[in-house]
Amino acid sequence: MGSRASTLLREEEIEEIKKETGFSHSQITRLYSRFTSLDKGENGTLSREDFQRIPELAINPLGDRIINAFFPEGEDQVNFRGFMRTLAHFRPIEDNEKNKDPTASEPLNSRTNKLLFAFRLYDLDRDDKISRDELLQVLRMMVGLNMFVSQVLRMMVGLNMFVSQVLRMMVGVNISDEQLGSIADRTIQEADQNGDNSISFNEFIKVLEKVDVEQKMSIRFLH
Amino acid sequence: MLTRLIQREGGSMEQEMGELRRYRTQSISRGEFALSDSFYFYRKGLESIVDDQVTQRFSSEELVSWNLLTRTNHNFHYISLRLTIIWGLGVIIRYCVLFPLRITLAIIGLSWLVIGTTLVGFLPKNRVKTWLSELVHLMCYRICARGLSATIQYHNKENKPQKGGICVANHTSPIDIVILANDGCYAMVGQCHGGLMGVIQRSMVRSCPHVWFERSEMRDRHAVTSRLRAHVAAKTNLPILIFPEGTCINNTSVMMFKKGSFEIGGTIYPVAIKYDPRFGDAFWNSAKYNMVSYLLRMMTSWAIVVNVWYLPPMTREEGEDAAQFANRVKSAIAHQGGLLDMAWDGSLKRDKVKEEFKEQQQKMYSSMVVGKKRRKSETFRKDNQDTVILE
Repeated sequence: MGSRASTLLREEEIEEIKKETGFSHSQITRLYSRFTSLDKGENGTLSREDFQRIPELAINPLGDRIINAFFPEGEDQVNFRGFMRTLAHFRPIEDNEKNKDPTASEPLNSRTNKLLFAFRLYDLDRDDKISRDELLQVLRMMVGLNMFVSQVLRMMVGLNMFVSQVLRMMVGVNISDEQLGSIADRTIQEADQNGDNSISFNEFIKVLEKVDVEQKMSIRFLH
Repeated sequence: MLTRLIQREGGSMEQEMGELRRYRTQSISRGEFALSDSFYFYRKGLESIVDDQVTQRFSSEELVSWNLLTRTNHNFHYISLRLTIIWGLGVIIRYCVLFPLRITLAIIGLSWLVIGTTLVGFLPKNRVKTWLSELVHLMCYRICARGLSATIQYHNKENKPQKGGICVANHTSPIDIVILANDGCYAMVGQCHGGLMGVIQRSMVRSCPHVWFERSEMRDRHAVTSRLRAHVAAKTNLPILIFPEGTCINNTSVMMFKKGSFEIGGTIYPVAIKYDPRFGDAFWNSAKYNMVSYLLRMMTSWAIVVNVWYLPPMTREEGEDAAQFANRVKSAIAHQGGLLDMAWDGSLKRDKVKEEFKEQQQKMYSSMVVGKKRRKSETFRKDNQDTVILE
């Protein structure tokens, strides 16, 4: 009697995760059920394919980046601890946590750590700077190619570049590389304070200081 | 249903982006992009990882309170000795008393189907044959329903599907067929199988026309549609029974109806089927269980309690295409059965989601970056680029 779920998750582990992430006992067991239901291979870890099987994530323009955030450097599998650690960034900040002991290490879901999570999703090469290229990459992922353009381009395989460029100019919502480039330049210009043509983490924080990060980068977990 | 793990923010992309960009002061508000835009996608993505609307439809519904079946016991907590004893008694009753009875009935029912239809098949095609065939089919399905301890409540019987029509219903399990056929005779549509199923299929077709397709024929949509159309056109044929979702869903929602069934023409008789999950989990998770183990699980549940609603017949309206018609029927069925009406495709159980949906998201976001162009009559000296971020 008894299901796989709780027999594989020991009480000590739950306590450790609770301490590390701040989730409640029941939230951890519910999230473990979710983890096992995603784990089709039933080997206690999730692969990238397991995430991509979620349709709502697959249609998210930044889906691949989000999935990558779960996997530590160079690895292809994430275990439950890693899963919870990443999810913990999106736990809402509770009032009683704000007055915690200042010598204790910062909780994963602090404002700074939420911003750091977002920063790392831009900063692919982990050099602690968002370069123009990295910004462009994310921009391109979010705007994509206009639907009609991509359909037309698929049809136009074989026709020379000039024609397809003209077509691109004619279609509706379309954001060319040049436009994206100038958007990226403008964004860096606004944020960059030390003139190194890239955005460091502190500059990132400064630009976003008025954004309600606590609310926008939090998921409302129940019970 | 169990309370969800998270509560989703209900705002649209425009609303959320607007809120995220609110921090930008007026002088730089011509900025078409903000570093915080990506937060919207991150949050949506993480929300779907924790709890998404689609993948939960392909596994059994979670119950609010346990019904003494191990299979519905997901988060096991040992509660008390008394409960364990009651559970143990339940196991004995279900496996040692109910199960043998049910298996016997099922075997009787199926054998009768094969024998009866074969016998009727010898008769020449006349009214007696039709009447006998219906009798045989009804008898057999009723015996099989007893074999599952199915308690079926039919509502609005005046809307029952008529001959020459098409009956569409939401799909939860192969047992749906037994449930519906208890109250009327239908022409079944499906693939030719081998083995026991094949024997049953071949004998059924001897007594009255059903529509069985070879595997190769199924791929040719035109062939399928024309055969079904021919069947429907002969007004004396039994109504065909189709499940437009194309796959079993867990009875908490109705997923996209494939438009093929709605292109055949004729009158559609929608039917909503809702199982009561407290007595037994009727959903067939074909990834986890094969047909035999599924049927065994069915026969060791407490009972199958079902509500069937016959909805008023519908036909395609002027200017409505097959897909819109399919959606209209789907909404009616979902509304009646108290199920969630979803636009997602049931084939996402096995297949990947189409790229177009991602492109749609990208297009929506692009329009927020480019903004809406002002009308030509308004002239602005400041700037050539007259773009407005949001309305």
